[in-house]
Amino acid sequence: MLPRDLQPEQFQQYPPLAHKLAVENIVALRRIPLSLLPSLLSELIQYDYRFPAERKSLEAEIANAASLSDTQVSEWFGGFAQIRLSPQLESFDWVNAPAQFVEQLSDQLWRTHQMDAFRNAALAYSNRLLAAYPPEAPAIPRLGIAIIGAGAASSPVPLFRKLRPHGVYFRNVKPENGFSLLRNAVADRARGNPAPFAHWYIDGGVPEADLAGVTCVSYGGLEPARAALLRRMNREIHSAGMGPEQLRTIMARMRPAELGLGDEDPVLGRFQVSVLTEGSGTQVFSTTFVQWTVREALRRAQPLTVLARFAPRQRQLPMNELLARTETRAELDPAESLIDGDMGAYYNWVNQQRLAGAEQSRFLAWFEERNEAVVIAPSMPRGTESSTSATIGDLLKWMG
Amino acid sequence: MNWSTEQISRSRREFLSLAARLGAAAAVFGTSPLHGAAVHVHPNPKKIVVVTFGGGARDDETFSPAGQENIPHLLTELAPQSTFFTQVVNRGILGHYVATASLATGVYETLNNFASVPPEHPTVFEYFRQQLKRPASDAWVVAPSNGFNRIGESDHRSFGDGMGAGVILPKHLLAAAMPADSAAYDHLLQDSYETPYYTPGLRGNELQLQQLERMLQLSVGDFTSHARTLSSPDELSVYIARRLMQQLAPSLLWITLHDIDVAHSGAYSLYVDGIRRTDRLCAELWNTIQTEPEYAGKTAMFILPDFGRDADDDAGGNGFQHHRTGDPLSRTTWMMALGPGIRERVVVDRAIDSLDLVPTLGGLLGFSPSFAKGHPIAEVV
Repeated sequence: MLPRDLQPEQFQQYPPLAHKLAVENIVALRRIPLSLLPSLLSELIQYDYRFPAERKSLEAEIANAASLSDTQVSEWFGGFAQIRLSPQLESFDWVNAPAQFVEQLSDQLWRTHQMDAFRNAALAYSNRLLAAYPPEAPAIPRLGIAIIGAGAASSPVPLFRKLRPHGVYFRNVKPENGFSLLRNAVADRARGNPAPFAHWYIDGGVPEADLAGVTCVSYGGLEPARAALLRRMNREIHSAGMGPEQLRTIMARMRPAELGLGDEDPVLGRFQVSVLTEGSGTQVFSTTFVQWTVREALRRAQPLTVLARFAPRQRQLPMNELLARTETRAELDPAESLIDGDMGAYYNWVNQQRLAGAEQSRFLAWFEERNEAVVIAPSMPRGTESSTSATIGDLLKWMG
Repeated sequence: MNWSTEQISRSRREFLSLAARLGAAAAVFGTSPLHGAAVHVHPNPKKIVVVTFGGGARDDETFSPAGQENIPHLLTELAPQSTFFTQVVNRGILGHYVATASLATGVYETLNNFASVPPEHPTVFEYFRQQLKRPASDAWVVAPSNGFNRIGESDHRSFGDGMGAGVILPKHLLAAAMPADSAAYDHLLQDSYETPYYTPGLRGNELQLQQLERMLQLSVGDFTSHARTLSSPDELSVYIARRLMQQLAPSLLWITLHDIDVAHSGAYSLYVDGIRRTDRLCAELWNTIQTEPEYAGKTAMFILPDFGRDADDDAGGNGFQHHRTGDPLSRTTWMMALGPGIRERVVVDRAIDSLDLVPTLGGLLGFSPSFAKGHPIAEVV
């Protein structure tokens, strides 16, 4: 079946809001080539569980498809229309299983050497979309905070090397009450600019604060869900006929209740499941969990504030130690986690800078309970260092 | 910044030049493949060792100024002895088994990266053995995981069963030697960092535990005892490769290292540790070549990652963690060639293709890889 053959009744299995959106816009959906449409449907089918920013973006994309003239349709989607698809893909139930279709499409693009053509078409399309529907500037400048290195005495290499060129490196920070000051700053921003999923606190351990109006996700808080997921994966891989594709499909279909997550907030519940099922390493390394969660929160929810705290991850045992042990128990590795957190902090900043208002955004990375921090803000000169004695409060104030 | 292949090339050249200026090398590096190089003329090598990294390393962590601390051996010991290619472009599928299979056949294979299937096209081992009438003991592959167990020979109809290379999967052997209830057993069964919870079944001509003693003169007890002194599967692979060199002295030995691919876990420190270990192991292999009588003075070594990893600034990826975007950084890598007949201190900036390796090996050893799509590399052959 091709997109032009779409009928309203084919969306019956979609959740209520997604169903309504699809049926109301079926004419627009019919105009989109098959090499692209299932990617859009994989978002649409999740519409009921998406963040406000994602819903808005999806609505704009569909509205755009509806507004194009026939000539413009060729201009916008020509690159995708050139992609050759197999009859098997065309006959796939891509309406009800769009994510699985996209996986198979990816495989076919690689095998038929069309990945570069698809990549070029996708880049051109997203650039056009961005130009036609520029993202709204945030209500206030975004603020990203990364706290790294808990439990580590010192770093074997200079910290924040990738962030320093973009701001001021402070070498004489007074650490007293640092976390409290940062936490309070986040709480103040949430009070002053309340909005769903606009302010986040992501912790690699157990969260130290319950902040009103702030979405909190933590590695420690999700421990039962992680354990349930690993048990489920372990069971599945020992079942007959299981392979990586099948396992990915099972994980993609997983629901919060299957991992013991409550249904108080279905949007957040689905988000947490996706972090654990789609993020490689998020189930076992807390540093990876924090970095990936921040990436996904920024990409999807486009928040105004993100406070991320990297906690020590479990130690990866070398082979000789593994062979010598009779039982395994998780040990923490603060020193190596500091290195992970340093890179994670940089990625947090990179991902924040992908959002609208990047030139006004602020970012602070701090070696927890130590004297080193880097601050990036319009008011801060780039690529400079300071030996001025400063509290975390001072740094926040100077960022503006 | 979006990296172009030219920028990637420039980055590596600048770094190599820097290393030379710092006195790491005795002489400056050549500015082109044809000028300024210290040429040492030798006859073609009689034996070849190929080392690939399954799990590419980016310039950021290797050849950039910030990355140089991670690869001291490659830069100060091996690069000055090598012809260094700054741009090796992989236009195929960026999965480790399929990419390594493509390197070994000289054709961009399209097989399922996670299935236990042989390459579609003849491998370098089959060309080598059939055309030069070499015995099975003369071509070996040491590979990291079950997924590579079919890489030794294709199912091409021009080449019969048993015409390829023997394959040793050291980690699989170790798992087989360990009691199934040991704490390390599950970890050893973990086959791939990309799909850590899936291990394909074995069906190929891989060496079995009971053959270990006969072929390598290595008892299971000694094997497991030695493994207990090693920190990673790649160290085990190099140990087995050395044993092969000492006992069977194969003329064509292909070693695929995989520790770097721990990057898929998202832990940057482990990824960098993997790079440092790989750097050290490459130097150890080269030193083994120089000290083993069967290899010294007549062996060329080729070192190359199978491909790169995603750039930090590509929104479709997550930086070093994966190789999914197909961006220039993930497609472009490098290669070092060392040994008799290969010029030293030469940097080649022109882009070559991953597929050029097999025709180049054919040119050096004297066989014709008729189905391979690449071209012999003029600066080496």
